[in-house]
Amino acid sequence: MRTGTLGRLEGPAIRGVLVREMINFASFWRSSAFSSTVEPTIYLLAFGFGFGSIVARVNGLDYIDFVGTGIVATAVLFASVFPSMFGTFVKYKFQHTYDAILAAPVDTEELVTAEALWIALRAGVFGCVPLLVAVAFGLDATPGMLLVPFIAFLAGFGWASFGIMIAGLLRTIDNFSYVTSTVITPMFLVAGTFFPLSGLPEWAQVAGNLNPLHHCVELVRHAAFGFEPWADLAHVGALVAFGLVTWRLAIWAMTRKLVD
Amino acid sequence: MPRLAIRLRSVVKRYGPIAAVDGLDLEVPEGTCVGLLGPNGAGKSTTMRMLTAQAIADAGELEVLGFTLPHESKQARAQCGVVPQLDNLDTTLTVEQNLRVFAHLYRLGRAERRPAVERALEIANLVDRRDSKVDELSGGMRRRLLIARALVHRPRLVLMDEPTVGLDPQVRQELWALIDALRSEGTSILMSTHYIEEAQRLADTVTIMAEGRAVASGRPADLVVQHAGREVLEVYGPPARLAEVEAQAAGGGMRTRRTGTSVALLGIDGRNGRLPEGERRAATLEDVFVLLTGEEVR
Repeated sequence: MRTGTLGRLEGPAIRGVLVREMINFASFWRSSAFSSTVEPTIYLLAFGFGFGSIVARVNGLDYIDFVGTGIVATAVLFASVFPSMFGTFVKYKFQHTYDAILAAPVDTEELVTAEALWIALRAGVFGCVPLLVAVAFGLDATPGMLLVPFIAFLAGFGWASFGIMIAGLLRTIDNFSYVTSTVITPMFLVAGTFFPLSGLPEWAQVAGNLNPLHHCVELVRHAAFGFEPWADLAHVGALVAFGLVTWRLAIWAMTRKLVD
Repeated sequence: MPRLAIRLRSVVKRYGPIAAVDGLDLEVPEGTCVGLLGPNGAGKSTTMRMLTAQAIADAGELEVLGFTLPHESKQARAQCGVVPQLDNLDTTLTVEQNLRVFAHLYRLGRAERRPAVERALEIANLVDRRDSKVDELSGGMRRRLLIARALVHRPRLVLMDEPTVGLDPQVRQELWALIDALRSEGTSILMSTHYIEEAQRLADTVTIMAEGRAVASGRPADLVVQHAGREVLEVYGPPARLAEVEAQAAGGGMRTRRTGTSVALLGIDGRNGRLPEGERRAATLEDVFVLLTGEEVR
């Protein structure tokens, strides 16, 4: 790790990297917005109407409302972990973008932080789309929902950092499928999005509580149907911890990769 | 004593058991262009990466624009421009957007950005192509943009890693004119290259690198006289004949270099007797390069 700069993040450096991302995003936002929102919406409609026809209510909620709020977490996950894994790897390995940025007055720590912030911002926006779709299908809009972009941003930051870390650790893009199958898919399925964790065996419930996505699901649901202050504080705490740990690990992994 | 834009002392950089840079001393006086000449694998690119702290030296002292690396590298980088060997432009962005991104990365103020981008467009001679995507540019245009991108913030020092590698001769000459203009404005330049002509034309002084260290350093003309003499005798013939000439020359205490089809006897100035038949020509930097780096020798 570059000595003497740990914990010293400069605003102009982070802003410079963000500007680069914004200018780039302007040229491909359509495809990115499409993939990040259409997929969760399809899940919402398929599960909401498919399962909704045999399961009327879950935990006191209409099934479509249960899924409609839970799927926000899925949208956040898809909008953050995949762009960060693939985007980081492509920029590092194929486009050599990071070589150009690090030759400017930007350190790896600032680069990684800015990239994670940017993806989290996008996730904060894209995450709200399924919620809007659910509202269109009859979910009651509540003031608490105004916090959903912030919840999505917080969770998105953790997943973005996780993705950057994976891109920093793996040598080839083919190896990403191991991470997708063994980490992302199980987390995506056992997060309380499509079915409540309370019906699972105890060990699975414990595992579910270690799943950051579960905390995002719970927070969004509580934002829509009423907060539970202590529980939600714990959920926020879990997401903050997840974000902090993955952020530092992402910096560590990318420094190893970018600085000889 | 001139101030130094770059000062390296006994710099070592190892990758596992291999020392890519092995005790390198290098100086770039302010306002001069120094050519870092060496064969592939001599440690030129590693040296370039160390100067931006993208590689951290294992030992030795590094100073860039008076800042000590790696601790003060960021301050140094703010006043450096870097032209990488590998094209890393944002290919889906336009020419102008690429320059604008770097105006931000190099922290130019709001009011400075637009004129800086315009100036860079003019340097790259791409004013008409400002709205073209990089994907649509020719190889030469991309290189010009890559150089202009490094100049957007008027750096005091420019680091160029093989700036013309893989380009047509015409394009290369175009870039030479660009680099020469930069030098005449007083910008310090360190340019790595394995094109001897490039170093000879553009560099005030040349440092020849082999196996991770500097084997010679000085003005190109001085290096030629010092290591290869003024005149060279080029002897052509079948391999057996060339081997014989080499043996004779070695016996007479003369230095030789092998090219593919001939043997060159170096430093024949003033010697007339007992020389084989051949063509006399002036010694060149290439003779020095080959002699010192061991390239092509047997």
